[in-house]
Amino acid sequence: MTDYRQMWSDLGMDLENHDNLCAVLPVAFGDTYLSQENRPEGMAFYDFVVSEIHGVRPAELIEHQKNGGKVFGTFCIFVPDEVVFAAGGIATGLCGGSQFWVPDGEKVLPKSTCPLIKASVGARIGRTCPFFRIADMYVGETTCDGKKKAWEILAEDVPVHVMDMPQMKRPQDIAKWEDEIRNFIKVVEEQTGNQVTAEKLAEAIKLLNNKRKALARVYACRKADPTPISGKDALLMTQIAFYDDPARCAEMANKLADELEQRIQDGVAVFPKGAKRILISGTPMAIPNWKLHHIVETCGAAVVCEEACTGTRYFENLVDESQTTLDGQIHALAERYMKNNCACFTPNKGRIEDIIRLCKEYKVDGVIDANLKFCTLYDTEGRDVERALKEAGIPVLGLETDYVDTDAEQLRTRIGAFLEMLGE
Amino acid sequence: MNYIGIDIGSTAAKVAVLGETQQYFVLPTGWSSIDTARAIQEQLQQRGISLDESLVVSTGYGRSAVNFADKQITEITCHAAGCAEKYPNCSVIDVGGQDTKTIRIVDGVVSDFLMNDKCSAGTGKFIEVMANRLGCDIDHLFEIAERGSALPISSLCTVFAESEVINHVGAGKPREDIAAGVVDSVAAKVAGLAGRLALSDQVVLTGGLSHLPLFAQSIGKKLGHPVQPLENGRYAGAYGAALLAQRLEEKKNRKEK
Ligand code: SF4
Ligand code: SF4
Repeated sequence: MTDYRQMWSDLGMDLENHDNLCAVLPVAFGDTYLSQENRPEGMAFYDFVVSEIHGVRPAELIEHQKNGGKVFGTFCIFVPDEVVFAAGGIATGLCGGSQFWVPDGEKVLPKSTCPLIKASVGARIGRTCPFFRIADMYVGETTCDGKKKAWEILAEDVPVHVMDMPQMKRPQDIAKWEDEIRNFIKVVEEQTGNQVTAEKLAEAIKLLNNKRKALARVYACRKADPTPISGKDALLMTQIAFYDDPARCAEMANKLADELEQRIQDGVAVFPKGAKRILISGTPMAIPNWKLHHIVETCGAAVVCEEACTGTRYFENLVDESQTTLDGQIHALAERYMKNNCACFTPNKGRIEDIIRLCKEYKVDGVIDANLKFCTLYDTEGRDVERALKEAGIPVLGLETDYVDTDAEQLRTRIGAFLEMLGE
Repeated sequence: MNYIGIDIGSTAAKVAVLGETQQYFVLPTGWSSIDTARAIQEQLQQRGISLDESLVVSTGYGRSAVNFADKQITEITCHAAGCAEKYPNCSVIDVGGQDTKTIRIVDGVVSDFLMNDKCSAGTGKFIEVMANRLGCDIDHLFEIAERGSALPISSLCTVFAESEVINHVGAGKPREDIAAGVVDSVAAKVAGLAGRLALSDQVVLTGGLSHLPLFAQSIGKKLGHPVQPLENGRYAGAYGAALLAQRLEEKKNRKEK
C-alpha cells in the first residue's frame, strides 16, 4: 500500500482523526464483504478501490489539478456530469455514508437533519475526507430543505454553485431545468477556462451513456434466478461509480458483467436455492453505508435490486446521442435528467410505477422501502409506496434507518419477521 | 417428545413446554440474555424435561443467546402462531417491555405487521418508569387508575413525559388521576400504532400487561374497536414458539418419509 500521508497533509486534512477512520474502515469492510463466499472475481477491483479509498483516486484528481484541470464535487444525481467532462473537468460524488462524519456535521446542523447531509457537511468541516478537500467547487441543488440550507453553510468554506431544481415535472419545469443547465455550462466554463462545444458535449454524453449501459448490464444479470452476485457487491460497484473515472468505471462494470453472464450460463449462485429476492427502495446509500444490505443478506435473503439513487435511478434512461447542436443536446440532457423520479417532486407517481415494474423485472418476492431518519420526503412518500405495493399484491416492509448501529438488532427482527412472512 | 418455546424479552423470559407435559414458567431477564438462557436450561432440568428429547424454538430480543435452540424465529412470527391457534383471523396488539407491535393474521399466517420505533413511549417500559415515579408497581398503578380521571400527559418521549408526571405530583394532583393519565397516554400511543394497519374484526391483546382488563379497555376506547385480552397473553410468544417447534418435527417427518 502506498503511503498517502504527505498528500493528506498537503490537503490540510486532520490526520489524527483521519487515522481513526482509516483504522475502522478495513475492519467494517472485512466483516461485511470479505466474509461473503463465492464472490465474482471482478469484485477484486472494487475491493482494491476500497482498500485505497482515500488514496488512489484522490491522487489521480490531484494529478489532474496539477495539469490545470478542475474538480467538481456533486451530491445528487440530478447534476449533469456531462457538462463537467465536456469542459475538461472531472465530476466526483461527495456523499457521506458513515456515522464517522455525523458528529462534525451536528456542530453546525440541527440533529434532526438526515444523516446523509450531516455526514457530508461533517466530512468537509472536519477535514477528514480528501475528496471534500480536493474539489475546487461544490455543485449543490435545491432538492430537499436540508440540503438547500446546507449549501449556505458549506459556501462559507468552499465555492458552491447551486442548481435550482424544479419541484414538478410540467413542460415548463423541463424548460426551466434546461435553463439551469445552460447556466451551469457558463459556470463550468468560467471555472475551467474551457469552452463547452457541441463536439465536446457529444463526447461526454457518449462517455456517460457508456457508463450507464455498463452498470445496467450488471444489474440485468441480477434479474437471473439464482442471482450470480450478492446485493452487497452490486451496491459497492454502484457506490464506487460515483467517484471513479467514467471510462474506467464502464470498463470494470463491463468486465464484471461478462463474468456474471458466464456465471448465469454455468448456473453459479451466491445464495442457497430458494433464497428470497428483495428489492430495496428509498433514500441513497452512500459509501460505506452497507447496513441494510448486510442485515438482509445475513438473514438469508438476496438483495437483487435497489430502486435508489445508488441503484437504478443512477443509470436508467440514456441521453439522446443524436443531437448535434448545443441547444439540442441541452434539451436532451434536461429531458433525461428530469425522468429521474426522486421524492423531491410532487407528485411523484412515476416512482411507484418504477418500483412495480422493477419488481416484475427482477422477480422480486418482497420490497423493503427504507428511508434515512429525518428524510421527510421519502418518509412521507413511503405511505403511498406501501399502499400501492400492497394493492399490487407485493409484500412490503417500511423501515427507517440511521447511520448509527444501535438500531441494527431491531432492524434484524423486522427484516427477519418479514422474510418469515414471505415463507421459507 | 417435548416442544419448548423460549421467549426472551427485555424484562421477562417466558417458557412454554408442550408435548408429554404442559408447563409454563417465567423468569426475569437479568443483565445478560446468556445468563437467562442458562437459568432456563437449569429450570427445565429441575422440572425433569430432557433437552435431548425436545425440540426448542427461541424467540424474542434474546433469541440468539439460547445456544441450545434448534431454531430461532422472530417474535412476530411466534406471537402470530400463538394467537392464530385460537383466532386464525385477527389483529394482534402486543405491548412488550421494550417494543410494541401489531400483527395482522389472515388464515393463520402473518399478512402484515408494524413495530414501534426506537423510543419507549407506548411500551411496558413507559408504564414501569411512571409507576416508579408514583411509588408503586404496575399492577397497583392500574388498580388506582380505575378510580381516577385522566390528567393529560402529552409528551411522546418517556423522559419528557416523566417530567410531566413530576409536575403533576408537584402540583399536588391526586395520584389516581395521574395514574389514569399514564394509562390513557400509553393506550393512545398503542392505539395510534395499531390504527396504522387495517384492523381485523377480532382484535387481541397480548404481552405482560394483557391480564389487566383496564388496559385492553383503554386501548379499545381509543381505537373505537373492542380489544380482547388473550388468555395467558404473556405467554403468547413462547406458546407460539413451542407450536412452531412442533411443526419443525412435522416438517422433518415429512421429509424423511
Ligand atoms: S434522493 Fe433525490 S435529492 Fe437525493 S441524491 Fe437522489 S435525486 Fe438527489
Ligand atoms: S435522504 Fe432525504 S433528507 Fe437526506 S439528502 Fe436525500 S432527500 Fe434530503
